[in-house]
Amino acid sequence: MSLLSVHDLRVEFATPDGIVKAVDGISFDVERGETLAIVGESGSGKSVSNLAYMGLLPKGKTKITGSVTLETDNGPVELIGMEPEDIRKIRGKDIAMIFQDPMSALHPFYSIGDQLVEAHQAHNKVEKSVSQERAIELLTLVGVADAKERLRAYPHQFSGGMRQRVMIAMALMNNPSVLIADEPTTALDVTVQAQILKLIADLQKKFKMAVILITHDLGVVAGAADRVNVMYAGKLVESASVDELYAKPKMPYTVGLLGSVPRMDRPHEDRLTAIPGQPPSLMKLSGGCAFAPRCTRKSEVPGNKCETTSPELIQISTGHYSRCHLYEGKTK
Amino acid sequence: MSEPLLEVTNLEKFFPVSGPGMFSRERGTNKAVNGLSFTLKQGETLGLVGESGCGKSTAGRTVLKLYDPTSGSIKFEGEEIADYSPRKMKPLRTQMQMIFQDPQASLNPRQTVGAIISASYEVHKIKPEGGVKTAVQDLLERVGLSAEHFDRYPHEFSGGQRQRIGIARALALKPKFIVCDEPVSALDVSIQAQVVNLLSDLRDDFGLSYLFIAHDLSVVQHIADRVAVMYLGKIMEIAPTSSIYTAPHHPYTKALLSAVPIPDPKLERKREQIVLSGELPSPMKPPTGCVFSTRCWKAQAKCFTEEPQLRKVESSEVACHFPE
Repeated sequence: MSLLSVHDLRVEFATPDGIVKAVDGISFDVERGETLAIVGESGSGKSVSNLAYMGLLPKGKTKITGSVTLETDNGPVELIGMEPEDIRKIRGKDIAMIFQDPMSALHPFYSIGDQLVEAHQAHNKVEKSVSQERAIELLTLVGVADAKERLRAYPHQFSGGMRQRVMIAMALMNNPSVLIADEPTTALDVTVQAQILKLIADLQKKFKMAVILITHDLGVVAGAADRVNVMYAGKLVESASVDELYAKPKMPYTVGLLGSVPRMDRPHEDRLTAIPGQPPSLMKLSGGCAFAPRCTRKSEVPGNKCETTSPELIQISTGHYSRCHLYEGKTK
Repeated sequence: MSEPLLEVTNLEKFFPVSGPGMFSRERGTNKAVNGLSFTLKQGETLGLVGESGCGKSTAGRTVLKLYDPTSGSIKFEGEEIADYSPRKMKPLRTQMQMIFQDPQASLNPRQTVGAIISASYEVHKIKPEGGVKTAVQDLLERVGLSAEHFDRYPHEFSGGQRQRIGIARALALKPKFIVCDEPVSALDVSIQAQVVNLLSDLRDDFGLSYLFIAHDLSVVQHIADRVAVMYLGKIMEIAPTSSIYTAPHHPYTKALLSAVPIPDPKLERKREQIVLSGELPSPMKPPTGCVFSTRCWKAQAKCFTEEPQLRKVESSEVACHFPE
């Protein structure tokens, strides 16, 4: 059984202008020790899908359905529909999260030490000094020099890269089995990004964690992921191993996305292949494929099918799935 | 060779940093731009890259005289503008424009797109042929929007479209020179490619010169003719795009390039990465000698005492005692 299993997850927000289907029926599994990257542009639902089962979306105007099961020390647990006090026992313990902006994710009024100790105390009935030892151990591990002294420092006394290290230390305080990293390096400079990505990879090996890496940066994905899920307009549109996806992308959106990325290993005279048009409004989705208005290959599918029928996710080859009418009936 | 459009020599921009209290005395100076020299020819794009805090945006703004330079010379078409007053700058403003990073913050939310772009004509009392409205609508179409967008408000547009509005505004007065300050870094990849392509088309059609400021080295590679790499307010290396990416001479350029991930898993696994140790020193107290010496793996005694000047190495200019 998979460590984390997401099945037909749907997230709807009620807004004054109507219902927004931010996540529209996605399913995926995450195994122990692997890195799954979730790629997509703003509004594709990549962050929301993970916030949903962490119980981090505002209650009331949000409707979450589907099933997300997590293997814990006490057996499998269903996360959807869990009471807030129960999910609090999972969040920060079995599943931890790091965010894009460490400045807004850390509390500016409390010292780093206080925040790290609190994260440990929330899940362990131990003496404060034990938590403090753990904080020093992890800060040292993530590369903060003089950890013992730095416990008394406040977030503003750290640089962006150092703050992200502190965030990672905090996420690992309780030895989580899943680490969700939501755009962990987007706010950082490339040289610092390289340091942080290497740190996450090293710690993943050490602690045998599964990492869910949410990002828009296909360069980061290429270096860090084992498998990749591509999302568009709330749906999973392609899923494959990292090598397969970059070598043989199938869904025209994935092809377009890979073509759009400026690459330093290509001649600089090359024009970028942009995807025409704009990402769709999630409120005005037609019955057809959400990507159809921007797709250059829809004429290859007979009968205007792309505009009228939403394609299913079909298996192209072992472990490679694509949501596109072009490949219907062509699979092995 | 013809005279350069823009010639910047030893440009410095220091910001005073005051103490904690309101009346406390100056505590030091932030040497954001610390002796910058470069030239830009008509129709050329110079990429200005570096990490946050290296002074690239300050450099762009100082060149446009949005900040008064502390010292140094800025020659635009041979005219020395470094000490010009705002009033004296005004006629030149039609020829130098700027495109900003955040199209959300740089467009007035209470004005229509038409009003935003027409404002350029009003401020400079220019009456375009066929009237302001026609001129603005032509511009909107040129940047890939449509004439009907004239009466809409910025919030009705997506990020990419808003950036197109910003581009239309910059083009309104037919400038010769545009400073693009991180014009695509707030956009999604698929939209980023559209805007980069649009900017290169416009440059070719109107013979524009860009100072293209970005932290993303791969975007710069697709638009710039030459690239200048900045570190702590100084240029470390300036070279043609065709050579800097394949044969960087400055250790910092090399480290910076090696940190950029390649969107190809097979190449990515083979890629040799130089992970820089340490943190960026404070621009208030830049290291003596070479500013990069504190993080350089090649640094020797000379690097800590003697500041290297830009000198020619093959087709590049490099500020390093021991270039690669």
